[in-house]
Amino acid sequence: MNALPFTIYVSFAGALLALAAGTRSHSAARWIALVTALTSFALTLLVASSFVPSPGLQTIIDLPWIAELGIRYHLAADGISLTLLVLTGLAATVGVLFSWNIEHRVGEFFALYLILISGVFGVFLSADAFTMFVFYEIAIVPKYFLIANWGSPATREHAAMKLVLYSFAGSALVLAGLLWANAVAIAHGSVSSFSLNDLAAAATHFSRGEQIGLFALVFTGFAVLAGMFPFHTWAPTGHVAAPTAASMLLAGVVMKLGAYGCLRVAMPLFPVGLAFWQPTIAALAIIGIFYAGFIALVQEDFKFVIGYSSVSHMGFVLLGLAAANSTAVAGAVLQMFSHGVIAGLLFAVVGRMVYERTHTRQLADLRQLPLHRLLPFAALTFVLAGLASMGMPGFSGFPAELTILIGVWKTSPAWAFFAGGGILVAAAFTLRAIQVSFFGSTQLSPVAASASEPTHAGSPLHYEPITLAEKVGTALLLAATVYIGLKPDVLLDWITPALQSPLMQGALKGGSL
Amino acid sequence: MVPEAALVIGALFVLALDIAYGRRRTLESRLYIAVITGTVAVVAAMYGAFSSGLADSVFGGALILDELTMATRLGVLVLAWITLTLAGSTARLRHPAEFVAIVLFATAGFTLMAAAHQLLVAFVALELASLSLYILAGFDKSKPESAEAALKYFLFGGMSAAFLLFGFSLIYGLTGSIELHEISAHLAGHPPTPLLSVALVMVLVAFGFKAAAAPFHLWAPDVYEGAPVSSSALIASASKLAGLTLFVRLLWPGFGPGAGNVSTAAGAPGWLAIVACLSAASLLLGNFAALAQPNLRRLLAYSAIAHAGVMLLGVIAAGDAGNGPLFYYVFTYGIATIGAFGVIAVIERTSPCQRITDLAGLYRRSPLLTGCLAIYILSLAGIPPLAGFFGKFTVFAAALNLGGLAGPAGWLAILAIFLSAVALYYYLIVLKQALVCPAPVAPSAAPSSSVPDRIPVPPDAAIVLVFAALLLLLLGLFPSVLLRIF
Repeated sequence: MNALPFTIYVSFAGALLALAAGTRSHSAARWIALVTALTSFALTLLVASSFVPSPGLQTIIDLPWIAELGIRYHLAADGISLTLLVLTGLAATVGVLFSWNIEHRVGEFFALYLILISGVFGVFLSADAFTMFVFYEIAIVPKYFLIANWGSPATREHAAMKLVLYSFAGSALVLAGLLWANAVAIAHGSVSSFSLNDLAAAATHFSRGEQIGLFALVFTGFAVLAGMFPFHTWAPTGHVAAPTAASMLLAGVVMKLGAYGCLRVAMPLFPVGLAFWQPTIAALAIIGIFYAGFIALVQEDFKFVIGYSSVSHMGFVLLGLAAANSTAVAGAVLQMFSHGVIAGLLFAVVGRMVYERTHTRQLADLRQLPLHRLLPFAALTFVLAGLASMGMPGFSGFPAELTILIGVWKTSPAWAFFAGGGILVAAAFTLRAIQVSFFGSTQLSPVAASASEPTHAGSPLHYEPITLAEKVGTALLLAATVYIGLKPDVLLDWITPALQSPLMQGALKGGSL
Repeated sequence: MVPEAALVIGALFVLALDIAYGRRRTLESRLYIAVITGTVAVVAAMYGAFSSGLADSVFGGALILDELTMATRLGVLVLAWITLTLAGSTARLRHPAEFVAIVLFATAGFTLMAAAHQLLVAFVALELASLSLYILAGFDKSKPESAEAALKYFLFGGMSAAFLLFGFSLIYGLTGSIELHEISAHLAGHPPTPLLSVALVMVLVAFGFKAAAAPFHLWAPDVYEGAPVSSSALIASASKLAGLTLFVRLLWPGFGPGAGNVSTAAGAPGWLAIVACLSAASLLLGNFAALAQPNLRRLLAYSAIAHAGVMLLGVIAAGDAGNGPLFYYVFTYGIATIGAFGVIAVIERTSPCQRITDLAGLYRRSPLLTGCLAIYILSLAGIPPLAGFFGKFTVFAAALNLGGLAGPAGWLAILAIFLSAVALYYYLIVLKQALVCPAPVAPSAAPSSSVPDRIPVPPDAAIVLVFAALLLLLLGLFPSVLLRIF
């Protein structure tokens, strides 16, 4: 356990090193980033290998930070955080591998990338709301520069600004909620504190109106980052404009920050508010699943398909949270992990393997190319990732969505019924994307030959082969999704005890309809 | 009085040295000598301020040496030191010794403002500082904008000083004293009269001017834009800090019984309600007007107005939470602003830096300046772990603790939190130019070279800029260092 905070520090130190090394040698910066990400991944796996699940957060560090306001630097972990920490380590490592081809301002790219990662690690480890908020904001700002500098030129500035302003507006809601909660707690006689345990204890004395208002502020603030309808519009544009590694991180990890905040802060602190808003959240989640799914079905831009599919899949996470029983919430956490891995794979194929070789993301153009023959590795990966995304047994998406649906059924069969339909939509848009992009044509049509850039004029299209870095990254992600698909108990055994903690039980009890 | 004496003697010494030895020397060496002498004076004043200890009443109650005095004096001196160093390495002045001397006089005014505990001393200290600042604003005689800035600043300042003096005289007439604690005792024993309201409004007009709060903000954009950069930096930072300290002392210990109540919706009337209105107006006007500014310095001015709104919120909360949050906020704001102006000053040595787009490609031209600018701007935007974030956090927490969302104080805090998302937009526009946009290739450069000219950074300017950036980072990580003083 004690090694976990070093994921934060190592990433941050790696960021400084990469920045310093980047001015001299690009490959040094890359290797520093890779070693840093691997180190933190290894740290999470090391802790995971000896992790003994227990209810409640296991404190790692608890130091007074700002005594005047009762703020503590309190890091702690339980099975839920550990699941997401492992995911972050994995996504960080793979993200570095898929950004190996970045040539422009390499040091700065990896520095921002690693700062983002260290912020994400920090959020998953925080047990003090102030500490968590600080890390949360540290994770927001680098996204702007990652997208605005290294994104796709046409839309990057607009998309980056939109994404950051949405995130920041969400965090402003959270900040307002936390400060208000602290003020109300003081008015009810507590001492000033931002520790999640203290706030939850104080919140039991809050009036119903205060609980409802506070829950709305904090949950909405976090849910913006989780891509909840109708605050999801930053996600597709941001994902599409971002460079591949940033898309992978955004969809894979950063959206989980929002869901994690909902689960860790909003729900345990304000269970009465949760009970009040539960149907609304569930409705918004189901709308999100369908709405984003239908949009993904008609997108002409390959990356937008994946971007909207992320919103759709995150709808399942939010639905699981809204159901607020231990099965559904465990499923939601499992889905966070699963979607983190699968979204990483999908974005890796679309953004890196396909786009950087064909220089088009338009499905109409890709339809002209026999991509399954030109890029067989990419085609295979995408088919497997697509199957995982549709929720095929054997991949992590299946146990995750199944657990969510079982849990949701316990709360409300009607919700489960609707959400089950969402899986069909997901299957539809994924199959369409597979069919159109990789198997649209068996031969090279003359139109496409002239539109794209063949390396040898006259000969059949020939793209630069998939690099080793890409293959290793893909293998890691595929291994993760298959492993969890076959043995979801590995994660569920961590997650379920964490939900037995008094804090979480309060939330789940308050939430049972 | 040691700090003031050190500063005034230092200023005279600077002038004397320049008259005696400066005639045959180049401007650079005269400036260099003046800055070194001035720095010695500032350091001596720091020592004096630090070693003076605490005393409730000095010179028959004219001055007070409490924690706020000491913190403000040291803060002002640090800001003045940064200004002097920046001026030394970047300014092209025709009268360097006079510039340095006037900065020292202004600083003496600031340190007196920090300690004033009597209406007359407060007014004299304020005028000493203001008169020096008017001159500093118009110091660049080669630019008509500088003259315009000085005139505008002077006219507004003179008007507000007249209001302040009128208000003071009414208060003296009502209470029969110029001592703050006697005024307070009198106000507590008597019901408020309409005349008192008039007097308080007049004092608040002057306060609004000093803090650049809407609707008394009109001078700020023009002064920030037209005045020499080092003057703008001093006006934006040290002058704000001293002014806030002066007025928070007048308002709470002096006129505290007339404060009224804004922590509930139907609180008692008093000057707090006016401050709350000024705060709301500044927050809205500053943040929204800044969105439309293509000029970097005007943008900083509107951002200063927006920050003034938060500072006024801190004044509202100071009655309950003490001066700690307010001082922390104003001081760290001063550091960030002075740093941003310092970056502008260094860039202006080689190329114009008026529009935001003039920053384009700064990451290639000077990574050091870019890094520092990013820290200052992100601190102004309130991004953790920089000091600007914690300043906002503690002020908002103090305001919300007054009465939750039951009254205007809480509503203002919520408004300010949401407007910080608006503010992030224009701060990111600045950083986008510095960090993302490529530099325009100079027409004189060879067509093959795409690398723009690097901006040379003088070593002393580099040191203070890095110092300011580190200060923001460290104070943001360990805010208790400052909060513990109070």
